[in-house]
Amino acid sequence: MGVFTIGAFPSLVGSGTLDFSFKLAEAAMAKGHTVNFWLSGNAVMMAKKGQRAFKDYSHVEKKMMELIGKGMETTVCEACAEARGYHKEDTPAGMKRASMDWYLAKTFKSDRVLHIGGE
Amino acid sequence: MGALKLCFVVQRPPYKSENARLALTHSISSQTAEIHLDDGDTIVPTLIFVGDGVLNAVKNQQAMKHYGVTSTENHIKNGLLIDMPVWICKEDMQRLGLTEAQVITDAEEMGAELKMKFASFDEIQKEMDACPHLLFF
Repeated sequence: MGVFTIGAFPSLVGSGTLDFSFKLAEAAMAKGHTVNFWLSGNAVMMAKKGQRAFKDYSHVEKKMMELIGKGMETTVCEACAEARGYHKEDTPAGMKRASMDWYLAKTFKSDRVLHIGGE
Repeated sequence: MGALKLCFVVQRPPYKSENARLALTHSISSQTAEIHLDDGDTIVPTLIFVGDGVLNAVKNQQAMKHYGVTSTENHIKNGLLIDMPVWICKEDMQRLGLTEAQVITDAEEMGAELKMKFASFDEIQKEMDACPHLLFF
Protein backbone atom coordinates (compact mmCIF):
# COMPACT_ATOMS: atom_id res chain seq x y z
CA MET A 1 0.00 0.00 0.00
CA GLY A 2 1.12 3.53 -0.67
CA VAL A 3 1.48 6.82 1.14
CA PHE A 4 -0.78 9.58 -0.13
CA THR A 5 -0.53 13.21 0.94
CA ILE A 6 -3.34 15.67 0.29
CA GLY A 7 -2.75 19.41 0.59
CA ALA A 8 -6.16 21.06 0.86
CA PHE A 9 -6.58 24.82 0.49
CA PRO A 10 -10.25 25.56 -0.39
CA SER A 11 -12.88 26.78 2.05
CA LEU A 12 -15.57 24.56 3.50
CA VAL A 13 -18.65 26.59 2.64
CA GLY A 14 -18.61 28.02 -0.87
CA SER A 15 -17.33 25.14 -2.91
CA GLY A 16 -17.57 21.39 -2.80
CA THR A 17 -13.83 21.02 -3.15
CA LEU A 18 -13.02 20.51 0.51
CA ASP A 19 -15.77 17.89 0.73
CA PHE A 20 -14.16 16.16 -2.25
CA SER A 21 -10.76 16.24 -0.54
CA PHE A 22 -12.07 14.34 2.46
CA LYS A 23 -14.03 11.90 0.31
CA LEU A 24 -10.85 11.19 -1.62
CA ALA A 25 -8.95 10.64 1.62
CA GLU A 26 -11.68 8.27 2.80
CA ALA A 27 -11.53 6.30 -0.45
CA ALA A 28 -7.74 6.03 -0.27
CA MET A 29 -7.85 4.84 3.34
CA ALA A 30 -10.56 2.31 2.45
CA LYS A 31 -8.11 0.84 -0.05
CA GLY A 32 -5.49 0.54 2.67
CA HIS A 33 -3.32 3.53 1.83
CA THR A 34 -1.76 5.77 4.45
CA VAL A 35 -3.10 9.31 4.13
CA ASN A 36 -1.55 12.55 5.35
CA PHE A 37 -3.82 15.58 5.22
CA TRP A 38 -2.56 19.17 5.23
CA LEU A 39 -5.04 22.03 5.79
CA SER A 40 -3.92 25.47 4.69
CA GLY A 41 -5.37 28.71 3.36
CA ASN A 42 -9.16 28.86 3.79
CA ALA A 43 -9.28 25.13 4.49
CA VAL A 44 -8.05 25.87 8.00
CA MET A 45 -11.66 26.52 8.95
CA MET A 46 -11.67 22.78 9.67
CA ALA A 47 -9.49 23.65 12.66
CA LYS A 48 -12.50 25.00 14.53
CA LYS A 49 -14.22 22.30 16.52
CA GLY A 50 -17.92 22.20 17.24
CA GLN A 51 -19.17 22.97 13.73
CA ARG A 52 -22.90 22.66 13.46
CA ALA A 53 -24.38 20.55 10.69
CA PHE A 54 -27.07 22.12 8.57
CA LYS A 55 -28.56 20.26 5.67
CA ASP A 56 -28.00 23.13 3.27
CA TYR A 57 -24.29 23.69 4.03
CA SER A 58 -21.28 21.48 3.59
CA HIS A 59 -20.44 19.67 6.79
CA VAL A 60 -17.38 17.45 6.90
CA GLU A 61 -16.27 17.68 10.51
CA LYS A 62 -17.84 14.32 11.33
CA LYS A 63 -16.13 12.61 8.41
CA MET A 64 -12.83 14.28 9.25
CA MET A 65 -13.00 13.10 12.85
CA GLU A 66 -13.77 9.55 11.71
CA LEU A 67 -10.75 9.61 9.42
CA ILE A 68 -8.51 11.03 12.14
CA GLY A 69 -9.78 8.24 14.38
CA LYS A 70 -8.77 5.72 11.73
CA GLY A 71 -5.23 7.10 11.62
CA MET A 72 -5.26 9.89 9.05
CA GLU A 73 -2.51 12.26 10.14
CA THR A 74 -4.13 15.67 9.87
CA THR A 75 -2.26 18.91 10.39
CA VAL A 76 -3.37 22.49 10.06
CA CYS A 77 -1.19 25.43 9.08
CA GLU A 78 -0.72 27.21 12.38
CA ALA A 79 -0.13 30.65 10.87
CA CYS A 80 -3.15 30.41 8.54
CA ALA A 81 -5.30 29.34 11.49
CA GLU A 82 -4.07 32.03 13.86
CA ALA A 83 -4.60 34.67 11.16
CA ARG A 84 -8.26 33.68 11.10
CA GLY A 85 -8.67 33.52 14.87
CA TYR A 86 -8.60 29.72 15.18
CA HIS A 87 -6.44 29.12 18.22
CA LYS A 88 -4.94 26.04 19.79
CA GLU A 89 -7.91 25.59 22.11
CA ASP A 90 -10.27 25.58 19.10
CA THR A 91 -8.46 22.69 17.41
CA PRO A 92 -10.39 19.41 17.11
CA ALA A 93 -8.97 16.45 19.03
CA GLY A 94 -6.29 14.61 17.11
CA MET A 95 -5.53 17.44 14.71
CA LYS A 96 -1.98 18.80 14.84
CA ARG A 97 -0.81 22.36 14.25
CA ALA A 98 2.46 22.99 12.44
CA SER A 99 4.22 25.31 10.04
CA MET A 100 4.27 24.76 6.30
CA ASP A 101 7.47 22.73 6.40
CA TRP A 102 5.40 19.81 7.77
CA TYR A 103 3.58 19.55 4.44
CA LEU A 104 6.76 19.69 2.38
CA ALA A 105 8.38 17.06 4.58
CA LYS A 106 5.40 14.76 4.08
CA THR A 107 5.78 15.01 0.31
CA PHE A 108 9.25 13.55 0.71
CA LYS A 109 8.03 10.08 1.61
CA SER A 110 4.76 10.12 -0.30
CA ASP A 111 4.08 7.99 -3.34
CA ARG A 112 1.53 10.51 -4.51
CA VAL A 113 0.76 14.12 -3.57
CA LEU A 114 -2.47 15.80 -4.54
CA HIS A 115 -2.39 19.53 -4.00
CA ILE A 116 -5.96 20.81 -4.05
CA GLY A 117 -5.77 24.56 -4.49
CA GLY A 118 -7.91 27.28 -3.00
CA GLU A 119 -10.42 29.60 -4.58
CA MET B 1 19.27 10.08 2.30
CA GLY B 2 18.39 12.18 -0.68
CA ALA B 3 16.91 15.28 -2.18
CA LEU B 4 13.36 15.68 -3.39
CA LYS B 5 12.69 18.30 -6.04
CA LEU B 6 9.41 20.15 -5.68
CA CYS B 7 8.02 22.60 -8.21
CA PHE B 8 5.75 25.34 -6.92
CA VAL B 9 3.88 26.57 -9.97
CA VAL B 10 2.06 29.88 -9.53
CA GLN B 11 -0.71 30.57 -12.04
CA ARG B 12 -2.75 33.13 -10.13
CA PRO B 13 -2.12 36.89 -9.95
CA PRO B 14 -1.17 38.53 -6.64
CA TYR B 15 -3.50 40.05 -4.03
CA LYS B 16 -6.80 38.94 -5.60
CA SER B 17 -6.51 35.67 -3.73
CA GLU B 18 -4.20 34.10 -1.18
CA ASN B 19 -2.85 31.48 -3.60
CA ALA B 20 0.29 33.20 -4.80
CA ARG B 21 1.31 34.20 -1.29
CA LEU B 22 0.82 30.65 -0.06
CA ALA B 23 3.05 29.41 -2.87
CA LEU B 24 5.76 31.75 -1.69
CA THR B 25 5.45 30.95 2.00
CA HIS B 26 5.24 27.21 1.37
CA SER B 27 8.24 27.19 -0.96
CA ILE B 28 10.34 29.26 1.44
CA SER B 29 9.42 26.88 4.26
CA SER B 30 11.46 24.23 2.43
CA GLN B 31 14.38 25.73 4.34
CA THR B 32 13.12 24.26 7.59
CA ALA B 33 11.49 21.05 6.32
CA GLU B 34 14.58 19.13 7.38
CA ILE B 35 13.47 19.26 11.00
CA HIS B 36 10.77 16.75 10.03
CA LEU B 37 13.04 14.61 7.83
CA ASP B 38 15.75 12.02 8.38
CA ASP B 39 19.35 13.16 8.46
CA GLY B 40 20.62 14.00 5.00
CA ASP B 41 17.17 14.29 3.42
CA THR B 42 16.25 17.63 1.93
CA ILE B 43 13.61 19.40 -0.13
CA VAL B 44 14.85 21.28 -3.19
CA PRO B 45 12.23 23.77 -4.39
CA THR B 46 11.84 25.65 -7.66
CA LEU B 47 9.33 28.50 -7.72
CA ILE B 48 7.85 29.06 -11.18
CA PHE B 49 5.54 31.82 -12.34
CA VAL B 50 3.39 31.05 -15.37
CA GLY B 51 0.19 32.42 -16.92
CA ASP B 52 -1.27 35.34 -14.99
CA GLY B 53 1.07 34.33 -12.18
CA VAL B 54 3.89 36.27 -13.86
CA LEU B 55 2.18 39.43 -12.54
CA ASN B 56 3.48 38.48 -9.09
CA ALA B 57 6.95 39.48 -10.23
CA VAL B 58 6.14 43.06 -11.19
CA LYS B 59 8.57 45.51 -9.56
CA ASN B 60 7.84 48.33 -7.11
CA GLN B 61 4.75 46.79 -5.50
CA GLN B 62 3.10 48.97 -2.85
CA ALA B 63 1.27 46.30 -0.88
CA MET B 64 2.11 47.70 2.53
CA LYS B 65 0.83 51.13 1.53
CA HIS B 66 -2.42 49.91 0.01
CA TYR B 67 -3.22 46.65 1.80
CA GLY B 68 -1.10 46.81 4.94
CA VAL B 69 0.63 43.54 4.12
CA THR B 70 4.10 42.56 2.95
CA SER B 71 4.44 42.47 -0.79
CA THR B 72 4.76 39.49 -3.06
CA GLU B 73 7.84 41.26 -4.37
CA ASN B 74 9.42 41.07 -0.94
CA HIS B 75 8.66 37.35 -0.68
CA ILE B 76 10.17 36.68 -4.11
CA LYS B 77 13.31 38.52 -3.07
CA ASN B 78 13.44 36.50 0.14
CA GLY B 79 13.27 33.40 -2.04
CA LEU B 80 16.26 34.56 -4.06
CA LEU B 81 18.08 35.43 -0.85
CA ILE B 82 17.83 31.83 0.36
CA ASP B 83 19.08 30.62 -3.05
CA MET B 84 15.74 29.23 -4.13
CA PRO B 85 15.52 29.14 -7.92
CA VAL B 86 12.78 31.50 -9.10
CA TRP B 87 11.70 31.19 -12.72
CA ILE B 88 9.32 33.25 -14.80
CA CYS B 89 7.81 32.25 -18.12
CA LYS B 90 9.05 34.46 -20.96
CA GLU B 91 6.12 33.67 -23.25
CA ASP B 92 3.56 34.63 -20.61
CA MET B 93 5.45 37.87 -19.92
CA GLN B 94 5.25 38.71 -23.61
CA ARG B 95 1.56 37.85 -23.66
CA LEU B 96 0.93 40.41 -20.92
CA GLY B 97 3.28 42.98 -22.44
CA LEU B 98 5.77 42.74 -19.59
CA THR B 99 9.44 43.44 -20.22
CA GLU B 100 12.40 42.33 -18.10
CA ALA B 101 12.78 45.93 -16.98
CA GLN B 102 9.35 45.80 -15.36
CA VAL B 103 9.86 42.68 -13.26
CA ILE B 104 12.08 41.59 -10.39
CA THR B 105 15.42 40.40 -11.72
CA ASP B 106 17.41 40.08 -8.50
CA ALA B 107 17.57 40.95 -4.82
CA GLU B 108 21.06 42.42 -4.77
CA GLU B 109 20.03 45.08 -2.24
CA MET B 110 19.31 42.23 0.21
CA GLY B 111 22.58 40.47 -0.56
CA ALA B 112 21.14 37.73 -2.75
CA GLU B 113 23.42 36.23 -5.36
CA LEU B 114 20.81 34.24 -7.23
CA LYS B 115 18.88 36.02 -9.98
CA MET B 116 15.46 35.49 -11.51
CA LYS B 117 15.57 33.07 -14.41
CA PHE B 118 13.63 34.11 -17.51
CA ALA B 119 12.68 30.70 -18.85
CA SER B 120 10.91 29.48 -21.93
CA PHE B 121 7.92 27.24 -21.46
CA ASP B 122 9.99 24.35 -22.83
CA GLU B 123 12.54 24.85 -20.04
CA ILE B 124 9.76 25.06 -17.48
CA GLN B 125 8.22 21.88 -18.85
CA LYS B 126 11.54 20.06 -18.44
CA GLU B 127 11.89 21.31 -14.88
CA MET B 128 8.37 20.14 -14.07
CA ASP B 129 9.17 16.75 -15.64
CA ALA B 130 12.11 16.47 -13.24
CA CYS B 131 9.94 17.03 -10.17
CA PRO B 132 8.17 14.01 -8.65
CA HIS B 133 5.49 16.27 -7.20
CA LEU B 134 4.02 19.48 -8.60
CA LEU B 135 2.21 21.95 -6.40
CA PHE B 136 -0.03 24.33 -8.36
CA PHE B 137 -1.12 27.56 -6.76
